[in-house]
Amino acid sequence: MTTAVSMPDLRVTPRRVIRAEWIKFWSLRSSIITLGVGVLFLVGIGLLATSTFDSGGPTIGDGPGGPGGGPVGPVEISLAGTNFAQLAFGTLGVLFMASEYATGMIRSSLAAVPKRLPVLWAKIAVFAAVVFVVSLAATVIAFTAGQAILGDSGASWSDPGVTRAVIGSAVTVTGAGLLGLGLGALLRSTPAAISSLFGLMFLLSGVAALLLPDSWGDVVEFLPTNAANSFTAVSAESGALAPAAGLAVFAAYLLAILVAAAWRLKRSDA
Amino acid sequence: MIEVENLTKRYGDKTAVDALTFTVKPGIVTGFLGPNGAGKSTTMRMILGLDRPTAGTATINGQRYADLTAPLRKVGALLDAKAVHPGRSAYHHLTAMAATTGVPRARVDEVIDLVGLHGVIRKRAGGFSLGMGQRLGIASALLADPEVLILDEPVNGLDPEGILWIRTLMQDLATQGRTVFVSSHLMSEMALTAEHLIVIGRGKLIADVSVGEFIAQASPDTIRIRSSRAAELHRMIAGPETTIRTVERDVLEVSGVTAEQIGDTAAAHGIPLYELTHKRPSLEEAFMELTRDAVEYQATATIAEATGALAR
Repeated sequence: MTTAVSMPDLRVTPRRVIRAEWIKFWSLRSSIITLGVGVLFLVGIGLLATSTFDSGGPTIGDGPGGPGGGPVGPVEISLAGTNFAQLAFGTLGVLFMASEYATGMIRSSLAAVPKRLPVLWAKIAVFAAVVFVVSLAATVIAFTAGQAILGDSGASWSDPGVTRAVIGSAVTVTGAGLLGLGLGALLRSTPAAISSLFGLMFLLSGVAALLLPDSWGDVVEFLPTNAANSFTAVSAESGALAPAAGLAVFAAYLLAILVAAAWRLKRSDA
Repeated sequence: MIEVENLTKRYGDKTAVDALTFTVKPGIVTGFLGPNGAGKSTTMRMILGLDRPTAGTATINGQRYADLTAPLRKVGALLDAKAVHPGRSAYHHLTAMAATTGVPRARVDEVIDLVGLHGVIRKRAGGFSLGMGQRLGIASALLADPEVLILDEPVNGLDPEGILWIRTLMQDLATQGRTVFVSSHLMSEMALTAEHLIVIGRGKLIADVSVGEFIAQASPDTIRIRSSRAAELHRMIAGPETTIRTVERDVLEVSGVTAEQIGDTAAAHGIPLYELTHKRPSLEEAFMELTRDAVEYQATATIAEATGALAR
């Protein structure tokens, strides 16, 4: 069998690996559905929360704010879906990587890219770009629509901390997704990676707040969810990390998981 | 050309592949034969850099697979299980694989035609039959028109027409000067397809021979003779090279001489022959003879023993 099509230079380049991962991402129905669920959480829960928001009260019990709680203003309430969206995009991240192992696709992927690490970098690049763009659009819609519902008691883009909260929500949601991707690569199993992600992102801070004595309050602030919330908070809670510190701590978790994932990918049998 | 040297893979204290050394030459189909669990797939995965050898090396035209800059151009591989995401359409699987190394879209269409998947190419691979999955895997292996093909059990799940197709395809690819390395646990299939054989059992090399030699080596041809004067004939054909077994009073089984020689001798002495038959051992028998000690999972318990154990 000879080919009638003339073959160009067929070296594997980062650009080509990214292109392949782009095709892989969009050609799975589960990607599109999970992406849609994430957007639905961001916009839907945001709208639901703002439409039931009583601007007179300082807080809404333990409503859809999720773990972290804290003072709830018009900005936070319109972004109330953030924690739920972290769950959805985190799952998307896990699926994007761990399903390659579950299905055996990883052997095709790594046979095509025997250096291995470019596959992980390309997945991170494609995933981060898609999820950040989509979730940023969703947080902007959630914020804008939310403030329109709140009318006079709503916040505006020029208020301090608003831009950081809106963009930051998209950043933390993307970060949670990458955490899922990293755990998927590290654990190579969808159920194990999803449980670990949920434990790390959603149970840990709640359990820690319940079990640890008050004197350990500072430690709790360094947990991933608390750090992420400090980054996006419009007005800082007492004892919480400064926004920049919150981002740095959250990024450090992400980096640690991704480095471990890269090490396992490079070292272990596929 | 694939060169494997002292290749070894251990999982804990279990040795899956034990110091294998062999060369797969271009221009012919080389069969990689062994019972299930012999270490064929592990060896192929190590050649493809998917599993790390405990010791030894495997190279493709002198280079380690991991060092190839255009791996799909050099080596096309079909791996045992379907290495495909079942939720993705066959078309998207192929375009993604093609994109990794810059294979043009027109070539994707070309391999789809070649393997005969055009009707189902937009369907999700999860719904494919085993045979369609194999065709998709072969399409993927051929994408970048590689110099070397590594195919793990390609005839698995194919219908007779598909088997004939893959057999012809492999031989055509070899005729074009490519290296074709194909694993199977079916000796009969390899005898029809391959020219050279590498046989392993329990991870160890058992034979590295041409198909013809393998069959001759495993158990020699015997000739069955029936004659009323068998005892006389026995004396005439006896020699250092021949082994003669008297099966019945007038029936001999002889190896080491040709049927022509026996016929001529008998004619020269006027000995009547009632039967002169070539008894070729079946290939499957030859293979089983050779790998008997190396079968990983042998059914030793009888049904009676098994039910006895259950009853207890």
